[in-house]
Amino acid sequence: MWQIFHKLGSPKWFFGIATRLMPWLLAGALALLAVGLVWGLAFAPKDYLQGNSYRIIFIHVPSAFLAQSVYIMMASAAVVTLVWRMKLADVFVKAVAPVGLVLTFLALFTGAVWGKPTWGTWWIWDARLTSMLILLFLYGGAIALDRAINDEKSAARAVAVLVLVGVVNIPIIKYSVEWWNTLHQPATFKLTEKPSMPAEMWVPLLLSVLGLYLMFGWLACLRMQTEILVREQRTRWVKEHVLARRAG
Amino acid sequence: MNAETRPLIKPQESGVSTVAAMRAVFSRDMKVAFRQRQDLLNPLLFFVMVVTLFPLGVSPEVSFLREAGAGILWVAALLSVLLSLDHLFRHDFDDGTLEQLVLQPQPLFLLVLAKTLAHWVLTGLPLVLLAPVLGVMVHLEGNSIAVLCLTLLIGTPVLSLIGSIGAALTLGLRSAGVLLSLLIIPLYIPVLIFGTGTVAAATEGAPVGAYVALMGAFLVLAITLAPFAAAAALRISLSNS
Repeated sequence: MWQIFHKLGSPKWFFGIATRLMPWLLAGALALLAVGLVWGLAFAPKDYLQGNSYRIIFIHVPSAFLAQSVYIMMASAAVVTLVWRMKLADVFVKAVAPVGLVLTFLALFTGAVWGKPTWGTWWIWDARLTSMLILLFLYGGAIALDRAINDEKSAARAVAVLVLVGVVNIPIIKYSVEWWNTLHQPATFKLTEKPSMPAEMWVPLLLSVLGLYLMFGWLACLRMQTEILVREQRTRWVKEHVLARRAG
Repeated sequence: MNAETRPLIKPQESGVSTVAAMRAVFSRDMKVAFRQRQDLLNPLLFFVMVVTLFPLGVSPEVSFLREAGAGILWVAALLSVLLSLDHLFRHDFDDGTLEQLVLQPQPLFLLVLAKTLAHWVLTGLPLVLLAPVLGVMVHLEGNSIAVLCLTLLIGTPVLSLIGSIGAALTLGLRSAGVLLSLLIIPLYIPVLIFGTGTVAAATEGAPVGAYVALMGAFLVLAITLAPFAAAAALRISLSNS
């Protein structure tokens, strides 16, 4: 157990694992997203109330889902950074923060596009929308703080503190639609209940969510590898790796 | 615990109890602040000026001001606390006092709590005392003004406490002021929402007990957690410089 833990902390070991894992992640992501999105966007039945405009759910829900999960993953990595000072956790937080920012923006943007035909407005100051906007600010703040501190280690630890302080926002987002009576509909998927939509709608949605998770995994691996190469550029294994790539 | 593993100096043995150290930090901060009185006045002037901008810039109509007044005062108070946060650790950081504070045998988070309390007494409390005057100027009614002052009284310490984390994180950085705002404003939003929500409920004649209790919960949460985060951030910033 502890051996695995120590190995996990080694950037070199992770680099190798990620190289082997990435083709699978990408293939899975593309397959799931292709099936989920084509099924959802072209073949799933029309909504009796919203017509075809509801189909944006197949992009909106996966990106909103991921936007929150990525923050939780970042917060978990932040704990690891502060408690065990594991290099890889620093790399993870730095690598995925911009991805989280983009996903949050995507969720807000698709939400606005969806809101126009169904609610008749691009934006309302609803609890769910506002707390997602705060999430966007939190990602932005974490990235800005990371850029402002030159020393890598201090930057990682400072960002970790900030990310952990911001984690109070996550339950607020999650439960905003249940605590407050808002325009936004409640969660689509719950662990304890069957979805309220027909299977032809929720199965492609679930596939898209899983596909986007895999896509995120691939992207995280790629970005972490890049970051590792930059950070470890003076070590021998990176030099050897780069030379081998150039030769091959 | 045997003799070898015991820490060399325990707080009691250093001659100064934790409470005495907190009191010393607090009174020192007060003394330093009162020797630079202009720095104390600036956030208050800023507060008044921001409030002045709204009737002039948006509308001096009584109906608009009565509806928006509480929000205007809250936003102005929030901004002026934000403006004053840069001073919280900056001078002590520049002259090395902060390093001595970190080296004290007393727990750092309690000393940070004392500093934050001093910051609130010097900036938050004057804002609360000034709020009734401005409340009258934006045509709020008596009951609304009382509730507004109550929410500011509970809310401004939360602003100082959350702000102490941001101030500690951005210590010694380039363009720290803007960065501090970027980091802290998202965390201020819930306090602002509930602060103005309470006054809105009071204006409509609805009971405000639940709102006030929630704000009290924010305060308790901030007092218990923020000093730990701020102390951790201070250590990081000091090891960075």
